[in-house]
This record gives sequence, C-alpha cells and structure tokens, in this order.
Amino acid sequence: MTQQAIEVILTRQLAAHLSMPTFLVGADGRVLDFNPPAQRVLGARLEKARNASARELADLFEARDEAGDPVPAEKLPLLIALEERHPAHARLRIRGEDDRERELAVTAVPLIGQGSRFLGAIAFFWEVGP
Amino acid sequence: MKVTLWGTRGSIPTPGPETARYGGNTSCVHVEGDDGSQLVLDAGTGIRRLGDTFPSPAGRVDLLLTHLHMDHIQGLGFFAPLYDSEAEVHIWGPASTTQRLARRLTRYLAPPLFPVLLRDLPCDLQLHEVPCGEFEIGGFRICTAMVCHPGPTVGYRIWEGDRVLTYLSDHEPALGMDRFELSELDPEWISGYELAADADLLIHDTQYTHDEYGERIGWGHSSVGQCLTFARLARVKHLIAFHHDPARTDDALYRVLNEAAQAEDLPFRVTAGAEGDVFKL
Repeated sequence: MTQQAIEVILTRQLAAHLSMPTFLVGADGRVLDFNPPAQRVLGARLEKARNASARELADLFEARDEAGDPVPAEKLPLLIALEERHPAHARLRIRGEDDRERELAVTAVPLIGQGSRFLGAIAFFWEVGP
Repeated sequence: MKVTLWGTRGSIPTPGPETARYGGNTSCVHVEGDDGSQLVLDAGTGIRRLGDTFPSPAGRVDLLLTHLHMDHIQGLGFFAPLYDSEAEVHIWGPASTTQRLARRLTRYLAPPLFPVLLRDLPCDLQLHEVPCGEFEIGGFRICTAMVCHPGPTVGYRIWEGDRVLTYLSDHEPALGMDRFELSELDPEWISGYELAADADLLIHDTQYTHDEYGERIGWGHSSVGQCLTFARLARVKHLIAFHHDPARTDDALYRVLNEAAQAEDLPFRVTAGAEGDVFKL
C-alpha cells in the first residue's frame, strides 16, 4: 500500500463535496476515484471503472461526439490531460446504464503538485442536455 | 536517540502561571543521535533556550522546519548557533510553488521585523528544500512528505537504526471527512499515514477539543480524538500530544487529554507533551 500524495488526497476530498460529476486518475493512468454525482450520471458501470486504466474507462463509455460519431480514446479530455499534460475540453454524448443518452461537457486538467510533480488528472463533467 | 521537548504550545507563546506545567513556548524539539548528530525540529520560541545549551563552537546543526507559520519560526533569530562563525547550520524547510525558502525566510529575518539579515549571519548557513526524498544526517535517515495544513507543510519521519520518531506538529488529516473513525479510514487516503506508520514515538497536533474542531475546520489542526484515531490507525507505540491550544490552561489540558484517553482502550501510551520532557528511543 502506498499512501497517495497530499494533493491527490485533498483533490479527492474536494470532489467528494462537489455536485459536479468528477473523475480522479493517478499518474499511472489508473482511475483512483469518482464521486457520487459521477455515479449518478454515468451509472453503475462505474464500479467496473475503479482501478481501470483511463483508456479502459474510455472504452467502457463508448463516447460519441455531437454528430454521433465515436470519439477515439486519445481525443477524450481526460486522456489528453493525462498523456499530453494540458487542459482539454469537449462535448460528448454518453449512454448511461439507464440507456438514456446524455450530452456532457467535459473539462479535464492535469494535476501538478508541489515541486512540479505530475500526479495524474481530474475531469469534471457537466450535463448539458438530454 | 534522545528526544527533548523545548516548546509544545501552538499558535502563539503563552507565558504565565496557568501554562507553567506544560509550557508556553511554541514548537521546538531537539533530537540527539547516538553518534552525537543534532537535529532541531522547528524554530518556535522554545529554540532560544535550546540554543543556549549548544557548545561553542556548535559544529553541525540541522534545523528541520515543518512550515513557515510564525509560531514555527519566531525563535529562529534567537538561535545561538546562527551567530557562531564556526557553526555549520543547515535549515531544511518546505518548498513552495512561488518562492525559494531563503526568500520566504527573509520576509521575517529582515527589517522591519528583525534587525539582522539572513545573509549577514556569521555561521556557515545552508538551506535545503523538502520534500526531496530520503536523506541522511549523521546516523539519522529522514523521510519527509507534504501533509494537510494550510500552506506548504511537511512532516518528518526520522529513523536511527530500527527506531522511528515521527513529527507531525501541525496536521489536519480529518479535513473534508464526514466521519474520522477507524472503521471508515483507508490508510491510502489519510494524510501523514506513511510517515507515522508503526512509529515508536509520534509527536502530533492535538490542538482542539471535539467541539472546538467543529468551529475551526480547515485551520490545519486536529482534535484530541482525531489524533487518537490517527495514532491507532498508524499503530504507533507512544503518542506525544503536542501543539497545545494557547487558550488551554494546564488544568484544562490535563483534563481534556485524560478524558479522551480514558474513554478508549488505547493500545499505545499517551503523554501530554511538556517542556523539558525527555524520551529515549
């Protein structure tokens, strides 16, 4: 067991208190945590996402763009924040476990801690339409 | 190693008859290694009396700062080895995202707050920023990590052989948690856990009562109950309650700690840290 960096612990604490669906991914690309609102929007499939890689997470949700075309994993904001280490934003369509398609705005940013340590990435989801 | 408490009070010095038993000086702990290595943890007002006990020349002294809040650096300008031209003083302190350690210390050690500039001190002064992985000082192996407290703040884990001292003077591991109860805690997500795990001696923040904490969430400190839970989680052998609230009189401090410790069947020893206490590991 390795204790998480304090910046990651505090980010998770913040996410736990937000109403915005939030994903937290570690520097190794593994999903560290998601908050209850993320569970509500993205469904119980999220349980499979715990400890999955961010790429596996992308596959799990079969994200599509506004035109309905599949979005490759490397174009998803969370993957961009994680792999290219800069902020990214996109509007995506995701079908939840309730089989309802939701349009989400997603913003992801890399987590850079004290001493410029790369600690992973965080993604915020915003439901913008049915 | 020999651990001596020279300042146990939090936030502001509290001289007076009502704090004489546990002491009114702010955070300072001296650690002497079996090989004579000298560590000083924090430079609260307790460091002034400690400094007077060093021989002249003082040789090498390593001062490990947890953070730069005033109660942890207020005594720095009165630490005798800094004025000893034959002393080699190493100051270790937390890095910040904006300014170097020297620049941040200079905000205090410079006019108008202090007459002597850091750069004018006669000792051989060397500054180091932490965390920087594990490092060694004499016979000590030292590990640092950022911990939960406002502003860049670190805790220290100090080994000498197989003996471990952990120093978490200002620490709020319960921040943002609805329930800080043992059954609810996952060590992976608890600030300071790795520093404290299985320590022989843990010196830890116990500034507040349960009710006080409720009114001061986010101020960077722990209640006595939270500290006991943290110490139990980390399986420490001996807990030193530290960073006493400035408003806590000796009698109140004794009562608060005893009530909390007696309410649970604790698997470790608890001592209310008092100036002059000595612990040998």
